[in-house]
Amino acid sequence: MPKLAGTLIVLLTFILLWQGFHLLVGASAIASPLQTVAKLGSLLGTGEFWLNINETMRAFVAAFALSLLGGISLGIVLGVQRLAGNVAEPILTTLYSIPKVVLYPLVLLCFGLGISAKIAFGVMHGLIPITLFSMNAIRQMKPVYRRTSQVMRLSPSQSAFTVILPAILPEIISGVRLGFSLTLLGVLIGEMFASQRGLGFLLTSAINLGQIDTIMAIALLLTVFAVSCNSLMMLFNRQLTHR
Amino acid sequence: MSAAATGAKVVTLKQQPAPAEAHATLRGVTRVFQLPKSTLHALGPIDLDLAKGEFFSVVGPSGCGKSTLLDILAGLSAPQAGTAHFEGKPVNGVPDGVGVVFQEDASFPWLNVRDNVAFGLRRAGVDPAEIKRRVDYAIGFMGLKDFAASFPAQLSGGMRQRVCIARTLVMQPRLILLDEPFGALDQQTRLLMGDELLRLWRETSATVLLITHALDEAAMLSDRVGVISTRPGTFIDFVETGWERDRDSRVVSTPHFGDITARLWEKLRVEALKIMSTGKS
Repeated sequence: MPKLAGTLIVLLTFILLWQGFHLLVGASAIASPLQTVAKLGSLLGTGEFWLNINETMRAFVAAFALSLLGGISLGIVLGVQRLAGNVAEPILTTLYSIPKVVLYPLVLLCFGLGISAKIAFGVMHGLIPITLFSMNAIRQMKPVYRRTSQVMRLSPSQSAFTVILPAILPEIISGVRLGFSLTLLGVLIGEMFASQRGLGFLLTSAINLGQIDTIMAIALLLTVFAVSCNSLMMLFNRQLTHR
Repeated sequence: MSAAATGAKVVTLKQQPAPAEAHATLRGVTRVFQLPKSTLHALGPIDLDLAKGEFFSVVGPSGCGKSTLLDILAGLSAPQAGTAHFEGKPVNGVPDGVGVVFQEDASFPWLNVRDNVAFGLRRAGVDPAEIKRRVDYAIGFMGLKDFAASFPAQLSGGMRQRVCIARTLVMQPRLILLDEPFGALDQQTRLLMGDELLRLWRETSATVLLITHALDEAAMLSDRVGVISTRPGTFIDFVETGWERDRDSRVVSTPHFGDITARLWEKLRVEALKIMSTGKS
C-alpha cells in the first residue's frame, strides 16, 4: 500500500504544480487542470476526435510492431554475431544521433503524404534503440548461464527458450519501453508536419488557432496513454523476472 | 619447514599413485589459446588419475590454467593434444553423470529456489514425483527449506551458491567438478560451506575435483591435493592428506593441517614468486 500512497502523492503534487503554473502564467498560456479535463471530456464526446485518435493509433501500432519485430530480430543477430555487432554498433549509434526531423522532407518524398510516411518516421525513431538494447542484452548476458545450460546438457532450443530468453528479457523490455515512447514521438512529429488527420495534426491546428485547452487536452490524453503502457510493461517485467 | 621436520605423516609424491579404480583420467592434456598477436600455452602436458570416490583438489597460482583443466574434464572445452576420459569413455561434450559448480553465481534470478533446483530435472523429463522427492531432499540437505519460495535476489551470495550446489546435487552426478565455488564468499561462510561440501561428498560417494586458490580449503577438504605450476600449468607436486573420510572444518586446528598447508605453500610460493617477478598473471 505505501507504493500506492506514493503514486497518489506524486499525482497530487503534479496537479498542484500545474494549477500553480496556470495561476502564475495565466490561462492564455496554460489551461487549468479542470479546464483541460473538461475539454478532453467534450473532445472525447465527438466522433471526429475518435477518427483522429484512430488514425494516430493505426500509424503508431504499425510503426511500433515494425520497430519491435525488426529491432529485436536485428538485435539478436547482431548480439550473436560478434563481428557483425562490432561493425554495426558505431554505425547505428551515429545514425541515431542524426536529428531525424531534418530528414522528414526526404521521408515524405519517398513515402508520400499518407500514413506510410508517419509509420516510416515512427520506425526511424524506434528501431535503433530497440536494436541496440536487444544486442547488448545478448552480449552482456552472464557467460555462466550458457555454460550452465551446457552442463545440464540442454538442447539448443531448450537453452534458447528456458535460459537465454528469460536471462535477456529485462534488457529487451527496457529497450522496448524506450522504443515505445520514441516511436510515438516519431509518429506524432510526422503528423504535426505533414498530415491532414491524427492527434499530431490536431495539435498543430490548435497551436495555429491558439486553442490552449485543446493542446493541453491532447497532451494529457497522450501522457495518460504513454504512462499507462509504460507502467504495464514495467509490471510485466517485474512479474516475469523477479529482479 | 618441511613436513619431515615436523614429524607429521604428510605423504608427498612426485608421481601420483596409480589409483585402484580410475574414475576420470587426463593423459597428455595440453591447451593453447590463440591470441590476436601470439599464442598462449596455458596448460600441460598434464596427466591425472582421479580414483572413484576421491576428493581431489587442484591449487595453483592465478592464471595457471586450473579452470581450463576443469573445462576439459567437463567437456566444456577440448584440448589441443591429449585425451580426457570419464568412466572409461572419452570426454566429448559434457558427459552424463558430471556436475559442475561455477565460481560465479549461476542461479537463475527469474526462478525461485525450488524451481532453480528442479530446473535440470524438468528439462531432462524426469517423472514429477521423482523430481519432487529429489528436490525436497536437496533443498533440505543444503539448508534451503525456509527459502524454497524465495527468489535469488532475496538471498545472500552464500545462499545462492547453495542453490547452485543443490541444483547440481539433484542430478545425482558421479563426478562433481567445482571451480572455486566459494571464491566470492567470506572466510567464515567458506569454512561452513566446506563442511557442507564434505557432507555432500560422503553422502553421495561421488568423486570430487575442486579447483581453488585457497590452500587452507584444499588442505582441509581433500584426500589428495595437486599443485600446479605457473603457465604452462603442469602438476609439480601431489600431497596426500591422510584425513579420515569423516572429517569437518575442525581439522584446521590440528598440527597436521598446518603441516599440509605448509607443504603446499612451500611449493606454491616458488611459483607465486615467479609470477611476481615476471609480472605476468
